[in-house]
Amino acid sequence: MASITMDNLGKVYTGNVRAVSDVNIDIADGEMIVLVGPSGCGKSTLLRMVAGLETITEGTLKIGDRVVNQLEPADRDIAMVFQNYALYPHMTVFNNLAYGLKNRGFKKDEIDRRVREAAAMLEIGQFLDRKPRQLSGGQRQRVAMGRALVREPAAFLFDEPLSNLDAKLRVQMRVEIRQLQKRLGTTSLYVTHDQLEALTMADRLVVLNGGRIEQIGTPMEVYLRPATTFVAGFIGSPAMNMLPAAYLRGLVAADALAHMPVAADLVGLRPEDLSLAPAGEGEIALTGQLMLLEPAGAESHLHLTFEGIRDTIVARLPDVPDVQEGSHLTFSIKRDKLHPFDQARGKRVA
Amino acid sequence: MVENNRWGNLFAHLVLILGVTIVVFPVYVAIIASTHPPGTFIRGVMPLLPGPNAIENYRIVITEGRSRAGTPPIGGMLWNSFVMAMAITIGKLSISLLSAFAIVYFRFPFRIFFFWIIFLTLMLPVEVRIVPTFQVVADLGMLNSFAGLSIPLIASATATFLFRQFFMTVPEELMEAARVDGAGPMKFFKDILMPLSITNIAALFVIMFIYGWNQYLWPLLITTDPEYYTIVMGIQRMVTGGDSEPLWHLVMATVVLAALPPILVILFMQRLFVKGLTETEK
Repeated sequence: MASITMDNLGKVYTGNVRAVSDVNIDIADGEMIVLVGPSGCGKSTLLRMVAGLETITEGTLKIGDRVVNQLEPADRDIAMVFQNYALYPHMTVFNNLAYGLKNRGFKKDEIDRRVREAAAMLEIGQFLDRKPRQLSGGQRQRVAMGRALVREPAAFLFDEPLSNLDAKLRVQMRVEIRQLQKRLGTTSLYVTHDQLEALTMADRLVVLNGGRIEQIGTPMEVYLRPATTFVAGFIGSPAMNMLPAAYLRGLVAADALAHMPVAADLVGLRPEDLSLAPAGEGEIALTGQLMLLEPAGAESHLHLTFEGIRDTIVARLPDVPDVQEGSHLTFSIKRDKLHPFDQARGKRVA
Repeated sequence: MVENNRWGNLFAHLVLILGVTIVVFPVYVAIIASTHPPGTFIRGVMPLLPGPNAIENYRIVITEGRSRAGTPPIGGMLWNSFVMAMAITIGKLSISLLSAFAIVYFRFPFRIFFFWIIFLTLMLPVEVRIVPTFQVVADLGMLNSFAGLSIPLIASATATFLFRQFFMTVPEELMEAARVDGAGPMKFFKDILMPLSITNIAALFVIMFIYGWNQYLWPLLITTDPEYYTIVMGIQRMVTGGDSEPLWHLVMATVVLAALPPILVILFMQRLFVKGLTETEK
């Protein structure tokens, strides 16, 4: 068990290619931090820097009280779960789990005890004599988890561990990993490009873009108050709608938007904050033409065009309304649900 | 598209039978010839049915040799060939495995340059470089020794290249997982790369063993002491040695015996080979 401290971490590859810059994250003992961002944002590089698989070119990294910049992965007291599991194909499940312990000179009965314990925890006890290729994707995933568990490390590092699983299994494993992590209380760093995974699993999530941190916060903080236009567009599905503030100012009386800072020239609206109910006190009414109605079972997505606005606006309703495509609909949104942004700086204002 | 066509089947089998016949017939003739008494061949007619002298011929070849022609009993020559072939095979495999490992997994200056240098030696088989190689071996005092027989033939660009290609298909995550698991480079090589390469190693073992076994020119050049004669050059000496007619029945018996060890190696390695094929990941 240990905390992880990243102090101004940066990675520059030879040829002056910058992958990560100025990363400051303090991970508390037992905390689950999720790194999320689009592909190429540097999240995997950052994780691999913590693991010791990439050299750190700037800043310091501490695990517990030790500076580990120069240490080999094996000496950092971390365990890693890889995206393609990276199980040793010629070894049985037992040996896959035991390999790291053997290399560290554990006694035979201790190895046996730990492997069986981890196998029981992950319900792979009956597969211990099989080879990885005789297992299904979900079972391999468990073995990869087991290989991390037996080591009882200071921190778990997950590199998109669920992206090779089908959707149903992914949800199931997501829950299991989170439960396991909470039960063991092991500090974890988890990389994913799936914002839903990030929101559901994280104690705190870190949104990365272009090798820089856009925002750090609890999932709800990030969702309810995205700090930048990038975070606003990345977290949440369907993505947040963006309207020019001038458009809204033209629709309503001047004092209705008085609470918004003058610097705000872009306004974000979460699709679920739009409602078909008539606008009441403190609400703004917006009229658009329905282009497409997507029923999605428990909810529906309405794709709308607003006059003078190029982008399609999406509204998310908790049911499937009885409306015709092509008809004009009037939506209402609470004034305090508007997210004001400064478009030029890409930052939230107030 | 493959259809189950009767005529197609028949044709395919005809072609296969023809091919097998062409390959097998000389072997059959050799086996038959090794069972006849000495006089049979002087008449110039090749018998196609077994003769009465099988046991006698093989006894002579194995126990007496043709001492007058300077050919020792073949037991020693078989052993020499075996030692040479094994030394070449094991040497080639270890060197090429290690150099492929170095080239694929380590970043060092002139890596690509070294790879191309190794690759270039493909163009220089023993026959091309035989005079300078002989000079070097002679200067090192390795004439008439197993070291002289095997060491100059050990470098192998082919095997290095094959292992390099194979190592490049091994996912990098395996190496990273091993690093996290506390395995250093050599441990990774021994515990993970080697077991994964077992199929390739078995296949190359067979090829290299036969290459070593069939060496003719090199042993002929550097051995003058009958104690180091190999079987392949022994056969040649039996044919040309002495003033008399070549004793074809004994030559053929030797040929048949000389073909046995490679066959045994293939049979033994094939089990490993098939096992490796069925047990590796997809």
